[in-house]
Amino acid sequence: MWTARILRAQDSRVRWKRAVHVSALLSLRGVKTNIGRYHILHGVEFDVAEGGLTMLLGRNGAGKTTTLRTIMGLWRAHEGEIHFAGRDIARLSTPDIARLGIAYVPESMAIFGDLTVQENLVLAARSAPPERKRLDWIFARFEALKRFWNLPAGNLSGGQKQMLAVARAIIEPRRLLLIDEPTKGLAPAIIVNMIAAFRELKDGESTLLVVEQNFAFARQLGDTVAVMDDGRVAHTGTMAAFAADAGLQQHLLGLGMGEHQ
Amino acid sequence: MKRDLLPLLLIPLLAAAAFPLVGSSASWVTLTVAGLAMGLMIFVMASGLTLTFGLMDVLNFGHGAFIAVGAFVAASVMLALGTWMQVDSLWLNLAAFLPAVLAAMAVSGVLGFAFERVIVRPVYGQHLKQILVTTGGLIVAEQLLKVVWGPDQITLTRPTALRGAILLGDIAIEKYRILAVIVGLVVFAALALTLNRTRIGLLIRAGVENGEMVEALGYRIRRLFVGVFVVGSALAGLGGAMWGLYQETITAGIGGQVIVLVFIVIIIGGLGSVGGCFVGALLVGLTANYIGFLAPKVALGSNILLMALILLWRPQGLYPVAKR
Repeated sequence: MWTARILRAQDSRVRWKRAVHVSALLSLRGVKTNIGRYHILHGVEFDVAEGGLTMLLGRNGAGKTTTLRTIMGLWRAHEGEIHFAGRDIARLSTPDIARLGIAYVPESMAIFGDLTVQENLVLAARSAPPERKRLDWIFARFEALKRFWNLPAGNLSGGQKQMLAVARAIIEPRRLLLIDEPTKGLAPAIIVNMIAAFRELKDGESTLLVVEQNFAFARQLGDTVAVMDDGRVAHTGTMAAFAADAGLQQHLLGLGMGEHQ
Repeated sequence: MKRDLLPLLLIPLLAAAAFPLVGSSASWVTLTVAGLAMGLMIFVMASGLTLTFGLMDVLNFGHGAFIAVGAFVAASVMLALGTWMQVDSLWLNLAAFLPAVLAAMAVSGVLGFAFERVIVRPVYGQHLKQILVTTGGLIVAEQLLKVVWGPDQITLTRPTALRGAILLGDIAIEKYRILAVIVGLVVFAALALTLNRTRIGLLIRAGVENGEMVEALGYRIRRLFVGVFVVGSALAGLGGAMWGLYQETITAGIGGQVIVLVFIVIIIGGLGSVGGCFVGALLVGLTANYIGFLAPKVALGSNILLMALILLWRPQGLYPVAKR
């Protein structure tokens, strides 16, 4: 039964790949990454369709964070190709990758705690001071940032730091947003705002690749899904199909029935 | 923002504690000004080193080479302009002094650029190799100084207008120390303004905290680091020039001698923190002068004792930098 399911999933993956390949903004082919003497990624392959939101799922230690960091050039792929908008970026430096229009929100958030909220955002707006309209849009979703505008970011709560980390990535229009576990430690009310913000972004200017452990959040937001297992992508397809297949979720993510809601 | 003022309060507390021990108010004022002057000269030398450590985790034991080169270059210029140094005119004295310190800064800055490229760059991220190779750089630089300027110590005389002391009643304050205080405060103000009011300063502060994230925002932190390294080297040259004139004798070992104090200051302050470096330098300067007066036999170890006490209180230094 499992073999048939996997084969069906692989078949849907092939069809999905054919469908999105023409409009893939980001493509990874045979990406292998070592950290020290540890082989973390063993040939990662998937596409991120332009204008959509792709969820990168997987168990702890599957290689999701390493994949995002490799795309961003923070860890080097020692083999394979990473194409962004038709250009191989696997050998570019991190600042050059960022300047192509890719923003990154790490799992640790990496906000600058000694800088104020304002200074964090001013720094993230590389080309010009943050636009008033853009700031108002961000404040409407993450009100706390306006309230603590002049406060050192180190004094913010965990949830507020997460808001700032996301706001920093979207303070200017970016073509691709790489976001690592945006809901980690967030209150449900803030998650709702985060979902609204991500939906508006993907409907507008950006393509999103989001690593997420919260499957309830992932299924609400994702258009497509890539599931990693042991340093490889074990499944790709539409989120709708994946969300409907509880057995596949159990097999790839180890989710119990209670976590599917 | 609620500023952490406790470390700053240590300076007046130390001065107040020393007052009854010193006894005479005239001696206390003289010692306090001497301590502030010494502290500010060390701050000028140390400020660049703390930033380079903060930005790229580079432990540069070769920083003493920039201090020594600054002292020698300034001495050469001042000796060449000896007649302007000896006339009784503040303006002519300054006309000799200013080109001397500017030349010291320029040569130390260029040396810093070369040092970063040749010695530091190959050992990024490798602390043990950094210590070994930069210490080696300091030894080579000391020997090269002996080749260029000879093995003997150079005796310098301060410009006429900066010799002697100003007398306020029975309080004597050396003129040169007033100049050292002014130069130190100007450097501190310039650094504080740059770090807090400019975009480049914002980048440096962010880079000290999390260089990787600064890169992910699209900024090239290595270029920033090279810039800070060069400015830090130039400031070390300025500090070396001031220190040489303060001691009035210069030897090739001057950098190696002062670098111990410089490291104590940046450790006390919290590695990577310019504000901490400032407070730490003043504490070191004041402690050295008060203890030197009160108990000369323990003066040598007083700064080590100060560092131990502060690290017992705050193991990460007075103003620890929130690292990633």
